[in-house]
Amino acid sequence: MFEMFTRLADWTISDALALEPGTKLADAVHFFVEDTTKIFFLLVIVVFVMGLFRTMLSPEKVRGYIEGTSRGIGYVLAVILGAVTPFCSCSSVPLFIGFLEGGIPVGVTMAFLITSPLVNEVAVVILGSIMGWKMTTVYVVTGMSVGILGGILIDRFHMERWVEDYVWKIRMGAMTQTDADGSIAGRVRYAWGEVKDIVGRIWVYIIIGVGIGSVLHGYVPQELFSRYASADNPFAVPVAVLMGLPLYSNATGIIPVAEALIAKGVPIGTVIAFMMSVVGISPPEFIMLRKVLKPRMLIFFGVFLTISFTVVGYLLNVIFA
Amino acid sequence: MKSFKVLGSGCKNCITTAKLIEDKAKALGVAVEIEKVTDMAAILGFGVMSTPGVVLDGKVVHAGGIPQPDKVAAWLQG
Repeated sequence: MFEMFTRLADWTISDALALEPGTKLADAVHFFVEDTTKIFFLLVIVVFVMGLFRTMLSPEKVRGYIEGTSRGIGYVLAVILGAVTPFCSCSSVPLFIGFLEGGIPVGVTMAFLITSPLVNEVAVVILGSIMGWKMTTVYVVTGMSVGILGGILIDRFHMERWVEDYVWKIRMGAMTQTDADGSIAGRVRYAWGEVKDIVGRIWVYIIIGVGIGSVLHGYVPQELFSRYASADNPFAVPVAVLMGLPLYSNATGIIPVAEALIAKGVPIGTVIAFMMSVVGISPPEFIMLRKVLKPRMLIFFGVFLTISFTVVGYLLNVIFA
Repeated sequence: MKSFKVLGSGCKNCITTAKLIEDKAKALGVAVEIEKVTDMAAILGFGVMSTPGVVLDGKVVHAGGIPQPDKVAAWLQG
């Protein structure tokens, strides 16, 4: 099914641009055309299909599902729902306060917020179709485990004292369920609106990601990676994680970069650690969460994620060596 | 005169939502008053967790994203 994108890329270099096959430029252009078309195609389809069913999944509903469950189930439910519930990142703060107000533990709430950017259904489908199901399963399981572990630690060490005091005083009004149009026409309209919203928000990350992937693919020699980023270099994983910290991309945008790195022989653990560092830790989100978390909690949050991603990298490199 | 409140932390989607209501009101010739609510306690007081949210004459009519233009038109004409 995905052959059409490869053929389109073949046609672009041979017929449309008349490039010499096998040259660096042709390789880079081929990568760019194939990945851009494939990713946007899948993105539109997945977002649209999910949009049809999605009128039923909102942060307000999620709060209702998690409220009153035992902690153990709460963590698992939080990371699963964190992966599939759409919400604008600017909703992180009201969502955090709303969850706490509903009696949901801070750790369970944080588990939800950690997993939400790392894992989502769009990234899963695109990752699966580009890099296969093994890599995808490893990525999803790892992302969810980090979320659950972070949540458990936050509750275990009673970090609720590092939540800003005013948060506990906020009382939430009666939850209003706005009327969702459940007719087919209404669902299609909603789903189409989602496509426009999400594509409008993340297309830049995809183009930048594919662009970087193309350059890596076409121009950066394999020896460079085998010399510095192989599993033999013990510093490769932490360096990859540290490099990813200040960078931010959407989970979908980082996939083409990961694809190019894997193709250059960089080990899977190093690549996943880098992906998670780029996607899971972002300066804007930290600034936003500062409104509800005291600095010590933010430091814990940042250090915990950095260490987790590094451990994950080493572990996966050993497992898949 | 219809009174709208747009609930949100001041992010791009919230600004877009306020502008959408303003433009539609102008196009339809309806007099409106739009207030942007950024105070978290006030937003949650309306029972809204996912922003942007829209309050029309004291009642929450929308939450969690930019509203569809025809929905906005229905609020203005209703």
